[in-house]
Amino acid sequence: MLSLAAHQGVSIAEQNTEDRPLAIRGLTVSYGQKPAVFSVDMTVQPGAMTAIIGPNGAGKSTLLKAALGIVKPLSGQVSVFGAPLEKQRARIAYVPQRASVDWDFPTRVIDVVLMGLSRQLGLLGRIRGRHMARAMECLNRVGMHDFANRQIGQLSGGQQQRVFLARALAQDADLYLLDEPFAGVDAATEKAIIGVLKSLKQDGKTVVVVHHDLATVTDYFDHVFLINTRKVAEGPVADAFTAETLQSAYGGRLATAQIDQISRALG
Amino acid sequence: MLWDALTLQLGYNATLVAIGATLLGISAGVTGTFLFLRKRALVSDAISHATLPGVCIGFMLLVALGGDGRNLLGLLAGSAASAWVGLLCMNWLTRHTRLAEDAAIGAVLSVFFGFGIVLLTVIQTMGVGRQAGLEGFLLGSTAGMLWTDALIIALGGAATLLLVMIIRRPMTMVAFDPEYAAAQGLPVHRIDLAMMGLVMAVTVVGLKIVGLILIVALLIIPPVTARFWSQRSERVVLLAGLAGGLAGYLGAALSASAPNLPTGPIIVLVSFGFFALSLLFAPVRGVLAAVLRHLRFQRRVHIRQGLLALAQGQQIYEPLTLRLLRRSGLVRADGVATDTGKARAAKALRDEKRWEVVRSDLAHEATAALYDGLRDIETVLTRDQIAEIDRQIGGPQGVPA
Amino acid sequence: MSGEEFVPLSLTPLLIGTFAAIACALPGNFLVLRKQALIGDAISHVVLPGIVVAFILTGAISTWPMMLGAAGAAILAVIMIEAVRRLGQIEAGAAMGVVFTTMFAAGVLLLEQTDTSSVHLDVEHALYGNLESLIWLDATGWASVLDPEALAGLPPELPRIALTMLGVSLFVWLFWRPLKISTFDEGFARTVGIRTGVLGMALVITAAIAAVAAFDAVGSIIVIAMFICPPAAARMMTNRLETQIGWSVAFAILSAVTGYVLAGYGPLWLGAADAVSAAGMIATMSGLILAGAAIWGPCRTRAGAPSAS
Repeated sequence: MLSLAAHQGVSIAEQNTEDRPLAIRGLTVSYGQKPAVFSVDMTVQPGAMTAIIGPNGAGKSTLLKAALGIVKPLSGQVSVFGAPLEKQRARIAYVPQRASVDWDFPTRVIDVVLMGLSRQLGLLGRIRGRHMARAMECLNRVGMHDFANRQIGQLSGGQQQRVFLARALAQDADLYLLDEPFAGVDAATEKAIIGVLKSLKQDGKTVVVVHHDLATVTDYFDHVFLINTRKVAEGPVADAFTAETLQSAYGGRLATAQIDQISRALG
Repeated sequence: MLWDALTLQLGYNATLVAIGATLLGISAGVTGTFLFLRKRALVSDAISHATLPGVCIGFMLLVALGGDGRNLLGLLAGSAASAWVGLLCMNWLTRHTRLAEDAAIGAVLSVFFGFGIVLLTVIQTMGVGRQAGLEGFLLGSTAGMLWTDALIIALGGAATLLLVMIIRRPMTMVAFDPEYAAAQGLPVHRIDLAMMGLVMAVTVVGLKIVGLILIVALLIIPPVTARFWSQRSERVVLLAGLAGGLAGYLGAALSASAPNLPTGPIIVLVSFGFFALSLLFAPVRGVLAAVLRHLRFQRRVHIRQGLLALAQGQQIYEPLTLRLLRRSGLVRADGVATDTGKARAAKALRDEKRWEVVRSDLAHEATAALYDGLRDIETVLTRDQIAEIDRQIGGPQGVPA
Repeated sequence: MSGEEFVPLSLTPLLIGTFAAIACALPGNFLVLRKQALIGDAISHVVLPGIVVAFILTGAISTWPMMLGAAGAAILAVIMIEAVRRLGQIEAGAAMGVVFTTMFAAGVLLLEQTDTSSVHLDVEHALYGNLESLIWLDATGWASVLDPEALAGLPPELPRIALTMLGVSLFVWLFWRPLKISTFDEGFARTVGIRTGVLGMALVITAAIAAVAAFDAVGSIIVIAMFICPPAAARMMTNRLETQIGWSVAFAILSAVTGYVLAGYGPLWLGAADAVSAAGMIATMSGLILAGAAIWGPCRTRAGAPSAS
């Protein structure tokens, strides 16, 4: 199940991988003495919706953060649309886990969405009517336009998640990376988020989501990436999301009944 | 001279100071440990600065009542009172407003100290000519220490130590996991306050010797030092007491051995010396050990990754990986695997396959948790178990050249 | 009060106090939001060893070497704190405590070892400065403000702190957007290409420069108070960062002015003969303002909802 694709001579960043939104080769990230991610290769298909799944502590979020340069890998390479990450910042949008920020921060919903335009605005660019209109449009897409002037701490968890998604939309990227967007959100938010993600896919964007709910994988995604420190499987849902790969990724941690249920759902 | 000082032969005053500083060092180290484990080390900074208005008010009251403004007990009582008020302010700010603890600490520290300075200037203009001693509370002044002063410090230090020993269990529990402690029915808030109260007691006792700015060092540095040497909280407490006491004793002795060596700063610097040595050379948590461990770890990761790439006929791009493989004689200069390299690569790939089986098998759950991509499978499984796994995988496979 | 008395004796200390307060309060807003409020505390403690070393090296009390020494000490302290925190895996507060107390102790020791009897260099001065002495003797009244000859006699601290305040304001204005984004969400900031490590260091260095310039005029106690109290009070007045900055500047000015006036004239009103420490009084006033904001501020509670009182 290890990747057997052979690449000769050149590093991945130099290969003609313009059509690959995200390519990761030999990535190892370690906190202290235990690798969270070990020697992982990953190739994200353009225009696909990919779920990164695996048990708790399997390195899902770490993989994403390393892909984004937020954590420093011990070894390995990342390329985004065939070029090093730093050159492609404008084409990536990231939705972090909700718990990663201070929600008591003195700022309004609309200000958070405007942060997504920071690359356009530069250091001192004035926020003009069209920027506001763009931010409102993004809020509208996640159904949060009525909350534009609220302080962010006053929102529910699901609403906060939608604001994060609106900020990513404002970035107008080609590759969207989301870290557990469905964790602890209400049903309405989950529906709103998946609706937006599907519309992104229709627009030809690529979406990668760290996901924890195995039951919804087949409904939401067309590709999966199973990880448990090492890559376990990668590919279209029908090929890579099977009882065997799940058993392999989750080991003893997934009850047999669950696996049976999922494999029945898969047909 | 230094030897005389170390053996307490430099006269009455120096001996008093040395004994006092040792006791103070022990109780500050022990008390500070709980503060440090609770991740609130700098609360001591607020408490110590908040003593200043109390010292001044105590002085003014003593003078107003016709007494000697320099009565140590009176001044200490005043400092304890205002430190307690400062502590309550800080607690109130963090519990009832949106301010985080660091802002509350800084606010209390600066405002109380500022107010203390105002009072100091008031005293200077009171025309009492006896205020000179008060500035000594900023940095400590051990010159002209009296027997009663030493006695107060010794008794105060001993009493604090005793109290710490009595409530050390609940304090440890609260420091480790406040929510669990609360669920166990412990009054977390009150234990926190008691901990702060003890810190305050140490601060007050230490005012005379090291002063209010440097007492913070005695509360923080020994626990941090001790933490490098043990993972068990009881031992950290003991070691912190030892480091603090030793720093107090050595510092006081050093300072008595030559002129112009103020006691407080010398004690702090000795304490820092212990810290610096521990930071660098402590066996597990020390920097040297950590650097060596990291280099070894990085080397293992790269070699392992390189072997797996060889086994699967993949090109290796990482220059470091190539260099390490070459140096270990696993590949030739042109990047082609040597015979040893081929053998090791095949073994690595096979181990990976074995691990895959282990990790997907419920029966091996405990073993599977040990997987880190590096561990040799022989170290966790018996020969029979490996043989069983190999039967599941099938026979050995050749290594692509 | 007449201009003849006010301009020479009170105008310059008031301006210096106010400028110092603003220069510290501006970066203070971000330090408080980043939970690094105590960096200000650490910096103001290590200023002492910095100036002592500068004095030992140059043998004289001159301003620029001392400011450089203090700034150098502040930067050294920040680097050491970071090193101790990372290398020793020690919580930030404890790492700060280890570093600044040690450097302060070293400063006191050096001071004791050096003969400073001929010059005015002592711990008390470092702690609470001497704002009252920064008078403008060449001034005769309001007309002097436009008189080049009288202006030449301004205390040098005034242009220095004014310049510092401008520099700090410029920094905050220029890097407003990245500062705000990286303070709110560091991970996101990195993904849009903001170099958060460099920016964080720049913020701390800016704070250090403000602290050093302010310290030169008013002592370190005001510095800590102004880093923390006005921003903390402003935090309880609003839920918007832009507005919070405005409040913090207003509170800084209010503390400086009322503190200075009360220190100078308060005792006279109470029948005492002498003034009290202006620096101490400014810190005290900022504390009272904070207390007021904590009790009545419309946004004082954590949830972020304006509480109904």
